[in-house]
Amino acid sequence: METKSIIIAGVGGQGSLLASKLLGRLLLDQGYDVKVSEVHGMSQRGGSVVTYVRYGEKVYSPIVGLGEADLLLSFELLEAARWLPYLKVGGAVVTNTQQIDPMPVVTGQMTYPEDLAAKIADKGVKIDAFDCLSLAEEAGSPKAVNIVLLGRLSHYFDFPDEVWQKALEAVVPAKVLEINRKAFRLGQEA
Amino acid sequence: MKELMLGNKALARGLYEAGCCYISAYPGTPSTEVTEEAARFPEIYCEWAPNEKVAMETAYGASLAGKRSACAMKHVGINVAADPLYTMSYTGINAGLVIVVADDPGMHSSQNEQDSRHHAIAAKVPMLEPADSQEAVEMAKEAYRLSEEYDTPVMVKLCTRVSHGQSVVETGARTVPVKEYVKDIPKYVMVPDNARPRHPIVEARMERLREYAETTPLNRVEMGDRKLGIITHSTSYQYVKEVMGKDCSVLKLGMTNPLPEKLIRDFAAQVDRLVVVEELEPIIENHCRAMGLTVDAGKDVFPLIDEFSQTLLAKVLKGEEKPYVTVDDPVPVRPPVMCAGCPHRGIFYTLSKNKVTVLGDIGCYTLAAGAPLHAIEMCLCMGASIGAVHGFNKALGEEGERKTVAILGDSTFMHSGMTGLADIAYNQSNSTVIILDNSTTGMTGHQQNPTTGFNLRGEPAGKIDLEALCRAMGFRRVVVVDPYDLKECDRVINEELAAPEPSVIIARRPCTLLKTVKAQPPVKVVNENCKGCKSCMKIGCPAISMREKKAVIDPTQCTGCGVCIQMCQFDAMEQEV
Repeated sequence: METKSIIIAGVGGQGSLLASKLLGRLLLDQGYDVKVSEVHGMSQRGGSVVTYVRYGEKVYSPIVGLGEADLLLSFELLEAARWLPYLKVGGAVVTNTQQIDPMPVVTGQMTYPEDLAAKIADKGVKIDAFDCLSLAEEAGSPKAVNIVLLGRLSHYFDFPDEVWQKALEAVVPAKVLEINRKAFRLGQEA
Repeated sequence: MKELMLGNKALARGLYEAGCCYISAYPGTPSTEVTEEAARFPEIYCEWAPNEKVAMETAYGASLAGKRSACAMKHVGINVAADPLYTMSYTGINAGLVIVVADDPGMHSSQNEQDSRHHAIAAKVPMLEPADSQEAVEMAKEAYRLSEEYDTPVMVKLCTRVSHGQSVVETGARTVPVKEYVKDIPKYVMVPDNARPRHPIVEARMERLREYAETTPLNRVEMGDRKLGIITHSTSYQYVKEVMGKDCSVLKLGMTNPLPEKLIRDFAAQVDRLVVVEELEPIIENHCRAMGLTVDAGKDVFPLIDEFSQTLLAKVLKGEEKPYVTVDDPVPVRPPVMCAGCPHRGIFYTLSKNKVTVLGDIGCYTLAAGAPLHAIEMCLCMGASIGAVHGFNKALGEEGERKTVAILGDSTFMHSGMTGLADIAYNQSNSTVIILDNSTTGMTGHQQNPTTGFNLRGEPAGKIDLEALCRAMGFRRVVVVDPYDLKECDRVINEELAAPEPSVIIARRPCTLLKTVKAQPPVKVVNENCKGCKSCMKIGCPAISMREKKAVIDPTQCTGCGVCIQMCQFDAMEQEV
């Protein structure tokens, strides 16, 4: 099979590393060769953060190039727009509709573009945008946004539910497993 | 067992399997996790050293004592450790010594984009370069074997994409070869009479390593279409394979110092066009040209600057670009910022308000250079703020002394701020130095340091008293201030700048992200009092934004530090106590 690529985009501190860890683990368990690429350090601290997940028979490059991603999983709307050029034509965006103002917007130098989800759809891109934060809060923790998104993302794969549940158990600490199971289900059903 | 493993963790795994007993390091992105992951093995003694030079020297000591040892650092750390490196190449080692260095092409988290291969060449030590996690495990082990067989320290070079990339690894068992310490003055005491006979030994060793490079499986040829032959290494190899597959032949170099001349020549003879694909410096390319080979494409088409990608290679090698879409609106950048509740903020606001010239340093506080504070005017390398303020003030005299400060964190101060402070104490510039003591090494992800009282494993350790240290160096004015108290910061900074002698201000407050720090209740905006004056926006807190001309505070980000309350003149900010 051809190598598949997923981009996970968010704002530093939103928990995108856990999402990539879960996906990497799950795909490895399914027998794929997998590469995950993260960036640590200065790029965090509330900055734009991106993680690449690639899988297939044999994966070479650890990163995703322009126009290559099959899926763009975004924790924040502006980040979905930022990483849109990395999406393959025909690929899909799964995004949280939460808006977090970056510093140029906070200081009034720039404005946060309006109706981004609609504007992305207008470009002919398949976009699945929903409010993950309120679902995460419903599940019991605003930090579970990442798992809500993964729940939604599970529709884009043919893996049975137990595969996802097993991966959840493997990467989520036991004491918050129930909250995360609920978050995953709420994302799945959204 | 097959496992998805971070490159840094895989390298630590390789060190472990090879019987490494000692690791010393200074944290630095993207190298930090090598040491943190090694510390998970109780069999390996691991420590954070005050800086990379000390880390390398202690690893050398452990090697002399007969234990396989390692040190780890980012690319700029090698500059700090260059002094021991260049001479331990002469003495050689006793038990194997591996120097792990992680470059950062693209400068994701660094102040420059230097290529560590230059150091390996200049110091005349072998360098291995894994291209993924499995190779990191294998090369760590081979590095120890080489180190002992050729009596040399061995550098293993990572880069951001290998260090912070996860790929599949198969692990093995640990074996621990140990050597006896043997007194050997001519080998280990580098006075001129001993060093002179060591230099030819170094040159002869490089000759033998060149022969090794010709046959080692670390360098491999993958023949495909012979019309195009590509010599490459590290992650560039991955991009080449991704884009070209079998449509070219590849010479993949896992050992980049010394280079295998015969292998390169034979490869070049088998292909029609020879291309070199390497990130940053044209080291392989220049070597090929010096050998008299025709390189059909190298740095003339592949940039010297930034990291590579398959997108770049596809464009250059095949003229192919994938279609993509963008939104029409400009997408505002999202630079990293000082966190909500960051204790550095109050100090930088005060400095900015007083129009103080701030010579900065390496750490989270570099973020104060960004909007809206714009409060840092220089950032060069670890500890440079203090040396620079001394020179600045000596050059400008009182004009500089009254309005210039050096600023750096506790860990950076221990790394290489102390020697600069000694210069101020000794040569007497009336300089003001601010140490931001947040009880941790923040930017690299919360490592302990000599001022925190804990070691790498979080166990109680020695704790250096910053006030006592500064006083012992001769500073009579050493003042501690709480950076959350804006009035007090203002008073202290103005007083110390005006004082007729040098001073150290210690702004002490633990990093708000530390698990030991409990957040206070979030601050709330009293809407009827808020005039929309944006005073609170001047501190650049990411938790505060304006919505419909009123300040809004994000309760999930706010730590209740209370700095914004002090900014508001209309009692529009309140906090439940």
